[in-house]
Order: sequence, then C-alpha cells, then structure tokens
Amino acid sequence: MEPKTHSHEGSTLSEMDVRVRALETLLVDKGYVDPAALDVLIDTYEHRVGPHNGARVVARAWVDAAYRAWLLEDATAAIGSDETFGFRGRQGEHMVALENTPQVHNMVVCTLCSCYPWPVLGLPPVWYKSAPYRSRVVIDPRGVLADFGMTLPSSTEIRVWDSTAEIRYLVLPMRPGGTEGWSEAQLASLVTRDSMIGTGIALDPSGVAAGAGSAR
Amino acid sequence: MNGAQDLGGMMGFGPVEPEAHEPAFHAPWERRVFALTLAAGFTGQWNIDMARSARESLPPAKYLSSSYYEIWLQGLERLLVDRGMLTAQEVAAGRSLAPARTDLRAVAADAVPATLARGGPSEREAGAPARFSVGDAVRTLEMNPAHHTRLPRYVRGKVGRIVALRGAHVFPDTNARGLGEQPQWLYTVRFDAHELWGPDTTASSVCTDCWEPYLAPAA
Repeated sequence: MEPKTHSHEGSTLSEMDVRVRALETLLVDKGYVDPAALDVLIDTYEHRVGPHNGARVVARAWVDAAYRAWLLEDATAAIGSDETFGFRGRQGEHMVALENTPQVHNMVVCTLCSCYPWPVLGLPPVWYKSAPYRSRVVIDPRGVLADFGMTLPSSTEIRVWDSTAEIRYLVLPMRPGGTEGWSEAQLASLVTRDSMIGTGIALDPSGVAAGAGSAR
Repeated sequence: MNGAQDLGGMMGFGPVEPEAHEPAFHAPWERRVFALTLAAGFTGQWNIDMARSARESLPPAKYLSSSYYEIWLQGLERLLVDRGMLTAQEVAAGRSLAPARTDLRAVAADAVPATLARGGPSEREAGAPARFSVGDAVRTLEMNPAHHTRLPRYVRGKVGRIVALRGAHVFPDTNARGLGEQPQWLYTVRFDAHELWGPDTTASSVCTDCWEPYLAPAA
C-alpha cells in the first residue's frame, strides 16, 4: 500500500474543501469556535512560529557557554523564559535539548503520532509525520540519513529519541568550523530545521553568505 | 491499542522524501482543519490523549491511506459527535439539524495567544516517591491493551536503563479514557538498539519516555 502523504488530486482537494468548510460553518454557527480565532491560529503557525526561533536558541548556545549549560540543564526555562526568548507553551511545555558532539549524533522522532517542539520549530514537515520516517528512523537511522544525503562515520554513536510523552526534544547541532567571530544572527542563518531534528547538520559557512536567511 | 499509528520498525513505506521550501499547509482546507481542531479543543471537551486516541482508532487501512490532516479531520469529527457537540447526521449532511450545546463557549481571537502560551503542561504533583532512579535497569511490560497507550510495540518486554527522571506526568492510558489524570512518574529509558532489533539495525540506542506503570525492575 502506498500511503498518501501530501499529494492530492484536484477532485479530492475540492471535495475536502467543501467538507471542511461545511464543518467550519457548523461549528461557528453553533458558537463553539470564533472564526477570528481560527485566523489567529493559522497566522501564528504559518507566519510567526518556525525554525527561525530554534535557530536563535542554537546560535545563542554556540556563543554563550553559560547559556549552553543552562539549555542542557533546563531547556524549558532557557528557551521559554521572558529574559531569554519567551518561546514556550503549546507543544513545548517540557523541553529537553540534546547535544550533538563528534562522538554522538541525536535524532528525534515520534513513532506514535507527530510530537514536535512547536514553539521552536513550528509545525512539523510532512515527512516527519509520515510513515516512512516514523517507521524507519528507530531501526535504521543511517538509512534515513542517507535519504537526506548525509553520511556519518561508522564510529559515530547514533541515539534516536522517540517522543512518546509530552517531553519535546530539540537537537543542539555542532557549530561549524570557520565561523570564529560570527555574530549570533549570522550563526543563526546556518542553523537549519533538519539540524535541530537530527536529520541534518548546520550549514557549512563556506557555502553561505554570512547573514543569509536560514534554509531547510 | 495495536493500531496503525504504532509504526516503529515497520518496513516497506519507501524512502523519506523531504520537500524543499515546504509550506506549513499544502491546501486551504488543511489550514482550516488545523485551526478547527485547536479551537474546538479550547472548549475543553476532550484532552490531548483523547484526541490522539480518536485518531488512532481509525481502521488501519484507513489510517495508512489518509493524509495527516485527513486523519485529524476524522478524529475531530469523532470527538465532536462523542461529546454531543454535533450529531453524526450533521457531520454527514454538513449542516445543522439539531440544537447546539449551550454550555460551551468559544475562545475569542484575542485570547488565543495567551491560550497558546499557556499550553497544556502535563507535569503534576507526585503522589508517591519515584520507584526507580537514574541508572536503574528496567524491563518494559509485555502488554497489549485495547485502549490508548504510549508504549510502542517495539519497546515492549525489553530491558533498558533509566537515563532521566522527568517528574510525574498525566497518565495517557487513563486520561484518554476519561478515567482521570492519575499522574505517574515519567522516565526516559535508553534501550540498546540490539536489544530492540537484534543485529538488524544501524542505531546505537533508542530512548523512549516511559511512565512508571510500564516498567518493572530488570531481574
């Protein structure tokens, strides 16, 4: 069976649009949801919250040893406190940061559904929620990394973290070499979403103009 | 429940296909399903474990052939009917056929940011001291409950070691069934990959978060 991911036939799409619109009308008419609240929710997760949040956290940890220690000790406070970033709340109530080193590479999954640290990464990409990743990364993480075009030395210990509870994991990728003297904002541009899940590493600075926007 | 959601270790789904510059939503209706699910949830008629349970109760063939937000939509419809907010006939017809519940209030748009910032923390006061400590060897129970649980099949009956104590948290196995939060100690348990898969793995270890009732001391 070929699980459907995000490809939709045109006819399916319009059928779904009609069905969902009818449900929305029902819920609004019955007074269960405020249509303006729906717009706020969509705007929040489509435009405001995303991996650029997590990238700032990682960049801070790269330049500030005390912050890094705090992040690894109590990520919920280090990320969510008003004195730092204030990235907190839904699907990030209990945060844990996982430090990648030359010896240890961490990868995060939710095999049972799609648990993901929304306040720092936004909503998960389709592949993270789909059967190929959820089924395979816990048994064959190197095969999954190969799908991302990535190979790690055979000596690297690969630790997979299955988010089965309300703990949300953020990978702290290694700081790339050749970035001495870079500002936090410049460093954040090297931090990809995938590097904070563990299916990638931070970008090589030689391929990036300092200060460019962060990619995948 | 041994449903199709419990995917760890299954094979044959093909490669992971990352999408460059992926948008948050792939169709207009996905935006609406996402927002409707959260906004309807704000009425407090179900908890997160009930929502997961509703999605997992789809027949396996249906679950595996549905896209992510199709699963969300079907879960939402089930919850709305189960709580008497809509009738099954209304969901099918797509129009109102019965009076609304009058005891519910929608969360207003200006209250959404604070609601999201508050989230739904699952940590609670512990009712008893933790049974296990970091470093302890534990064995997960061999169990196959017909109801919602968060112990995946691939880590049942396996020996691992506790690497972190996360506090006492709402217990999904009861919370999903309306039997109360019954907070239990939550541990992160590391399993050697060979303990889980024998020789057929490229992982070094897998960690899962396990509530205390899932664990027994390793003999």
